[in-house]
Amino acid sequence: MAHVEVEQALVDRCRKLSSEIADEVQGFIDAHTTTGVERTVARALGVEGVDDRGTPLANTLVDRVQARGDLGRGISWALGEAMLHTKSTLQEAAERLAYERALPENRPEPSVGAVREALAPHVQAALARIDAARRAREETRAALGMADNPWKYVIVATGNIHDDAVQAKAAARSGADVVAVIRATAQSLLDYVPHGATTEGYGGTFATQENFRIIRAALDEASRELGRYVMATNYSSGLCMSEIAWMGAVERLDMLLNDSMYGILFRDINMRRTLVDQYFSRRIIGRARIIINTGEDNYLTTADAVEAAHTVLASQFINEAFAHRAGLDDALIGLGHAYEIDPWREDSFLLELAQAQLVRQIFPAHPIKWMPPTKHKTGDIFQSHVHDALFSLVGVSTGQSIELLGMFSEAIHNPLMMDRHLALKATRYVFNAAKHLGEEIRFQPDGRIARRAREVLTGALDLLESVRAETLWSAIGRGAFADVKREPTGGKGLHGVLPRARDYLNPLLEQLEAAP
Amino acid sequence: MTRSDRPKILRAYGDRAGDGMVQLSFTLEMSPSPRAKEAARRFAQAHGLEDILVTCMEACGPEHSYFVVYGRSKHTVDVARIEVPQLDIPELERDEIDKLVMERLGRKIVLVGACTGSDAHTVGIDAILNLKGYAGEKGLEAYKAFEAYNLGAQVENEALLTRARAVGADAILVSQVITQRGCHKENARALVDLLLERRERERFVLLLGGPRIDQRLAVELGFDGGFGPGTLPKHVASFLAMRVFEKRGLKCSA
Repeated sequence: MAHVEVEQALVDRCRKLSSEIADEVQGFIDAHTTTGVERTVARALGVEGVDDRGTPLANTLVDRVQARGDLGRGISWALGEAMLHTKSTLQEAAERLAYERALPENRPEPSVGAVREALAPHVQAALARIDAARRAREETRAALGMADNPWKYVIVATGNIHDDAVQAKAAARSGADVVAVIRATAQSLLDYVPHGATTEGYGGTFATQENFRIIRAALDEASRELGRYVMATNYSSGLCMSEIAWMGAVERLDMLLNDSMYGILFRDINMRRTLVDQYFSRRIIGRARIIINTGEDNYLTTADAVEAAHTVLASQFINEAFAHRAGLDDALIGLGHAYEIDPWREDSFLLELAQAQLVRQIFPAHPIKWMPPTKHKTGDIFQSHVHDALFSLVGVSTGQSIELLGMFSEAIHNPLMMDRHLALKATRYVFNAAKHLGEEIRFQPDGRIARRAREVLTGALDLLESVRAETLWSAIGRGAFADVKREPTGGKGLHGVLPRARDYLNPLLEQLEAAP
Repeated sequence: MTRSDRPKILRAYGDRAGDGMVQLSFTLEMSPSPRAKEAARRFAQAHGLEDILVTCMEACGPEHSYFVVYGRSKHTVDVARIEVPQLDIPELERDEIDKLVMERLGRKIVLVGACTGSDAHTVGIDAILNLKGYAGEKGLEAYKAFEAYNLGAQVENEALLTRARAVGADAILVSQVITQRGCHKENARALVDLLLERRERERFVLLLGGPRIDQRLAVELGFDGGFGPGTLPKHVASFLAMRVFEKRGLKCSA
């Protein structure tokens, strides 16, 4: 692997600061829950179905229990208590709690032990579903084999899951190792997960459990045909990030976009909500052994890629610290960054190399997600294709793990089948032609690249020092990341954040937290 | 642009004037074969190309081939007969615009901007409104003579209008990036309809921006101005200033 000299003590200091930053927030997380978390628990315990208007039972159930003032004790408590009281199954209990006109008041409470006992088989079944999906994935991967890094990652986004499945298979045959189905643009702000297979969506296709199943089945088919395992990706972000994590876990997705701060900064979701949600989502993701992709690449679309380079690195340290706290090991933490420097700037390629090499070295065991140029793309597809080739050259020579391929029609339209094919072809050429280039590179200890790498690291350290001093809440408030400012009580979804009551019950979370 | 009476006939310029050389690339739903190659040639021929050369045929899907084709187009255009609706924007810099507005209007121009509907892509509206701006040009937030409110993404038309009223906006800027199945046009048209319904259309200068927007489309949808790729904040600022002057019966040229 290529190497650039940076001072390890500075890296260690960054990690220590990020740990302290995350610890301060973790105190809040551990004292709170959200409607999103409780809906996820309900679904995992076995609550299924939608009403005739398409509203999921999990939503109606949790909203009703919240309106009654009981959600602080956890939906597990409400479900277990209702099961015991009415001697019903969990699904029946959920339906009663959600739909029955008058709920009995002042009935005698069962003991916590009895409630736990009633829930125990459901908790075990939830864990078994995650574990079974994980094992199935591991077995298929072992049987078929995985491609070398960088994995070639492409996107499909037709709006219709059945068309997505066709395009996903075509992309796999053209050489894609990972296929992501882009979500419909508005979904991150929906406070429920749509149900069933969907065929209409703008800017992408809705993330639903059935859609996940369809796309994974299509890629299984392509994997068997090609003799090579092809991965599926979706988005565990927005107001339903933990519910989608659950669906991805049981439907055997391989990667999920999942970031501790993205929703706050780019979707104006309340920061308390996102920070609590990301924790629970990552608890599930860790158990499922899904790779997360964090969203630092987005910072460079709003802020300048040279000036804001250190904010990307600082955020990666913070994302890593939160991921560790949710039980993810390094092999699952796909930290994101991007090739977004103005291509006409002198030595822009060197600046990109410096950043990519720095990130690779600081996070050696992490499946780093390398994102293509978008911001400086124009309608000149020929120039764009060259731009993408240099991006891939940095990707392969610095050993990035997952590369989302650039598209020459970026900034024009959703990729045509031909565009994706040409992107895969060009990337295959660059990756193969420069396969071992990284092993031959030692950057000049005091050259431009090493100096730039040190400058970015020092900038990240300074930023982390100030974030630690003021807390993450306040740093986000003053626009420390992506030039975006958010208030602790602003944004969407705050009404869904509530303190855990003293007798809060969540046996599923306990099990997830207890697992090694 | 002005029309001239003398025709000026042009054809694509490849290597020599008038040779009509063009390249096309496209996909046909059939696997590569001599028949597929002939199909590509005929497809190009149907577009008016002659001396066709299919330079590349390659599988790009289960039953799909991608082609690169060269040929000479026999078609011509008379550029003398072309009229393009264009924004009449004086070439002014930020400080000149600031000075002009404060002198002539005597107050700041107030505007609200947003990506409306389900569109979550703020890159356009941010480039025009945010302090940071675009391509080294500061956005409208940096102008002394503008008070700009960037409402961000996924704003409903109703909310945009409410905010515009609340801040006493002179102008509303709408950005539409996502264009799948024409949703950018629907969103934009819905805002105009809403304003007409409320009898408030005349109250605001309405601007539309995005990668697929031009003046022709914007006017067709009922907007005052349309801004496409390459637009700088100063273009929007000077256009806005002139339109606001016009509405107030003030001199509306630089």
